[in-house]
Amino acid sequence: MSRNFLSSFAKTAAMTAAAAVISGSALAADFSGETIEWIIPFSEGGGSDKWARFYAPLLSEALPGKPAVVVKNMPGAGSTKGANFFADRARPDGLTILGTSGSTQFPFLLGDPRVKFDYADWNVVLASATGGVAYLPADLGAQWKEDPKAVIENTSFIYGSQGATRLDLVPQLAFELLGMQVDVVFGLKGRGDGRLMFERGEANIDYQTSSSFLSKVTPLVDEGRAVPIMTWGALDADGNIVRDPTFPDIPTFKEVYTQIKGEEPSGEAWEAWKAFFVAGFPAQKMVFLPNGTDQEIIDAYTAAFQAVIERPDFAQISKSRLGVYPQATGAKAETFKTAGTVVAEEPIVWVKGWLKDRYGVELK
Amino acid sequence: MDIFATALPALNEAFSLILQPQQIAYLATGVLLGLSVGVFPGLGGIAGLSLVLPFIFGMDPVSGLALMVGLVAVIPTSDTFASVLMGIPGSSASQATVLDGFPLSKKGQAARALAAAFVSSLFGGLFGAVVLTFFILMARPLILAFGLPELLMLTILGFSMVGVLAGRSLLKGLVAAGLGMAIGAIGEAPAQGSPRMDFGFWYLQDGLQLVIIGLGIFAIPEIISLLRQNRAISETSRLGAGWMDGIRDWWRNIFLSIRCATIGVIVGVVPGLGGSVVDWIAYGHTVQTSKNKENFGKGDIRGVIGPESSNNAKEGGGLVPTLLFGIPGSGSMAVFIGGMILLGYEAGPQMIRNDLPITYTVVWSLALANVFGAGLCIFLSGGIAKLTTIRFPLLVPFLFMMISFAAFQSRQTLWDLGALVAIGLLGIFMRRFEWPRPAFLIGFVLADQAEVYTYQATQIALTRFRRGFGEGLEYIFSPTVIVLLVITVVSIWLGTRQKPGGDAEADRLRPGTNRMAPVAFAGLVTLFMAVMFLVTSQLSVMIDKVFPMVVSGFAFIGGLILLLQMWRSPESGILFADGESRGEDSIAPHGLWETLVWFVGLLVLTALFGFVIALALFFVIFLRLRERLSWVRIGIMTAGGIGVLLVMAGALNRDFPPGLLQALVELPWPFAGR
Repeated sequence: MSRNFLSSFAKTAAMTAAAAVISGSALAADFSGETIEWIIPFSEGGGSDKWARFYAPLLSEALPGKPAVVVKNMPGAGSTKGANFFADRARPDGLTILGTSGSTQFPFLLGDPRVKFDYADWNVVLASATGGVAYLPADLGAQWKEDPKAVIENTSFIYGSQGATRLDLVPQLAFELLGMQVDVVFGLKGRGDGRLMFERGEANIDYQTSSSFLSKVTPLVDEGRAVPIMTWGALDADGNIVRDPTFPDIPTFKEVYTQIKGEEPSGEAWEAWKAFFVAGFPAQKMVFLPNGTDQEIIDAYTAAFQAVIERPDFAQISKSRLGVYPQATGAKAETFKTAGTVVAEEPIVWVKGWLKDRYGVELK
Repeated sequence: MDIFATALPALNEAFSLILQPQQIAYLATGVLLGLSVGVFPGLGGIAGLSLVLPFIFGMDPVSGLALMVGLVAVIPTSDTFASVLMGIPGSSASQATVLDGFPLSKKGQAARALAAAFVSSLFGGLFGAVVLTFFILMARPLILAFGLPELLMLTILGFSMVGVLAGRSLLKGLVAAGLGMAIGAIGEAPAQGSPRMDFGFWYLQDGLQLVIIGLGIFAIPEIISLLRQNRAISETSRLGAGWMDGIRDWWRNIFLSIRCATIGVIVGVVPGLGGSVVDWIAYGHTVQTSKNKENFGKGDIRGVIGPESSNNAKEGGGLVPTLLFGIPGSGSMAVFIGGMILLGYEAGPQMIRNDLPITYTVVWSLALANVFGAGLCIFLSGGIAKLTTIRFPLLVPFLFMMISFAAFQSRQTLWDLGALVAIGLLGIFMRRFEWPRPAFLIGFVLADQAEVYTYQATQIALTRFRRGFGEGLEYIFSPTVIVLLVITVVSIWLGTRQKPGGDAEADRLRPGTNRMAPVAFAGLVTLFMAVMFLVTSQLSVMIDKVFPMVVSGFAFIGGLILLLQMWRSPESGILFADGESRGEDSIAPHGLWETLVWFVGLLVLTALFGFVIALALFFVIFLRLRERLSWVRIGIMTAGGIGVLLVMAGALNRDFPPGLLQALVELPWPFAGR
């Protein structure tokens, strides 16, 4: 089986390389014999690291001249260290690229003083979306199916969090908007710890991003030990929140809210949630070239990522590792970048106020 | 037996999968890479695995797993070389090995210590593989039984080892552990991310890394001391006991080895405890359960066998939660999971259910890698032990090179070297005034989990108590907690009942004639605690300031009591122990500060010229001025040292910290970053 896979891999690689040459957009840029460093501002083994290591060999095949692409982990200061380094030091020669995640965007949006970079300076060449699913233990899940309102009113929830200013802001704010009584336990090192707390029965609500939900929670659902209750949703082409294509049977947070409250969500809190949801999930992971990079190099990268996404076996090899989500290049990636990094003033001010009132957290 | 019925056919199938020429070749490659990486202090599983990850994609799964497991499995084997021969902790897994392994080298028994360590490693590794085989099928409920109160209780059990390792003054041990915890609490708080004691300086935001602390506290003081004495590590020029003695030593202590391997497996299996305490717990256990404790710290072979049996067993144990839940127990396991994904396997229950034979190739790889790795190391130990007869100053440029490179693995900046010098200075003074360094290290390693588990367990317990008093009690006092509580109490009792074993350095450390020096150091530590208390009390988020305030508050009181004791104690009291007054350091031909200048010089040169140029200059200047070698020999040694460094850094894709020069002129790698 592996041999088949290898030969088909080689064939498609040759095809994509040919496609890149024919398309002609990459004629000027040639990376033969070069080494491209892909900076990931997170440690090894995390979601962004896995994402980059999935793409790195494919990108290497697709770029003109087939350069070596190495992932360089540069964790620190909640990913701002690696991003600052890139902003400060990367030369615009196409040999250093940066992969960021929602955890890099949140400090940027919230005005964390450690942020010394500006997304507006950078050129996006790939944007990857993802989603998130919240789930309950079996007993609560069964009651939720009957009457979610009663569960919300009668349950004291415990949720394990990595910190209110991280991606966990989205679920925590969602729980609050639904009127749930949630005691948040901080200090988790990763979402895997949250899942373990849930499995031990210490937490009775949890969420996972799509890829880890697929591989780690689906077995629990099949055994009848966990029940998914909502996804955060996905964005359609017009920027509306719709059902997550990876989980079409699970209602979105927006639907659940409408069902419980009897009206569509609106107001400042909802706008703030939506802004941070978009920054954290549909526009979660992006690849950047530095400020001042030649258009030819940008085009070469765009063509290469496009070629990777268009591989005939892409759906098959990416499904279990990235989930079924848009992987965007070119103008579409620009749209994602804008949605994820250009947020109006009001939601940000509201979230800052909420973080201070609810958790006593001030970014200064 | 149901488990056997499931396990044995799958084991059999896995064995035939692994026993193919190609797979064995990959396994052997992994073992050789792992041994080479492990020899370098500071480089562990993460660095080694990152080396092979680019080649994993598209490999046949069994070969890929064999390569990765082979590499990870033998790192706690070969890291022993640095710990025993040079007194430099080879990795976080063999810090405790330094305590007795290095004194054995000084006695000319390096080969014996190494062989005993490797046989213990081999045994531990095989033990871990056996446990992994059967445990993986039934460990799920056991792992889920370890909730936050249980993890907190295990952490407290770890702290109880401070009592055993405290040496002659329990109070000094407690304050040292407090100092370790306080330094461990520096940086972004784990709960809400408040900055603690970083004074706005980015390097401190993520706190200090264990590699810096380990090297600074253990390696620097020993290296500086040996450099001052200007002689070989081994005090006798003829090497005594050989490697066969080491193997006999292990056999005589087989039950100790079994107990410590069990400890290693348990610590490895419980996710969230982290591997860096396992050698200390094993060492503490070894001291506790030994009748004759006089020689611990002076070169007791049992002090080598205990930790080394546990640290390889930990890898097998650590694979249980890694494979079962997809939750990495350590950084290297996180990379391992990433590598498995590249091979098309996602660690988790479905893998064990659906691909048991593939899972079991991991077990076989682990067992075979331990046999290959330990066998090769035993074979080499006699020859490599001869290093200890070389006059030490000749090794110094290489050692400085190695520990600096190791320190740079922390953040890859010049500040790593700065932090190393600062912590090294602390280590030098702790050694001089008999402050127990192991107690400090246990405090540092356990600080983060002590804080997080205390806070999280309290939070959940409060919610449970709100639901009902019974439910709360049930949560806090689970059967597992009670068992652990009993073990902890027994452990503390064992530690205090007998004369503590840590009076090993008594010969070196006699009270001095100068009372002021020890008092000044104790005063500085106490002052640091006061500053920490005041600074962290200013934080706005409650849950981020409780822990550092409590720790620094108690350590401050401890420091005050210590100072009071010193004030009332006679001049000959043990509290005034001072290595500069009597013992080997006091008669060394070179002074402390004069020797330290060499290391600080390397730091200054790096700040000016970047690390590679600075190192070349350092080699030349040191070997010429201090050692008066001929230019030819200087040239050969400099080229050899820097050549090895560049090959290593090139393979691992590492840059060296730039200096002022690089800011002015653009230079190619390795003189500047890529």
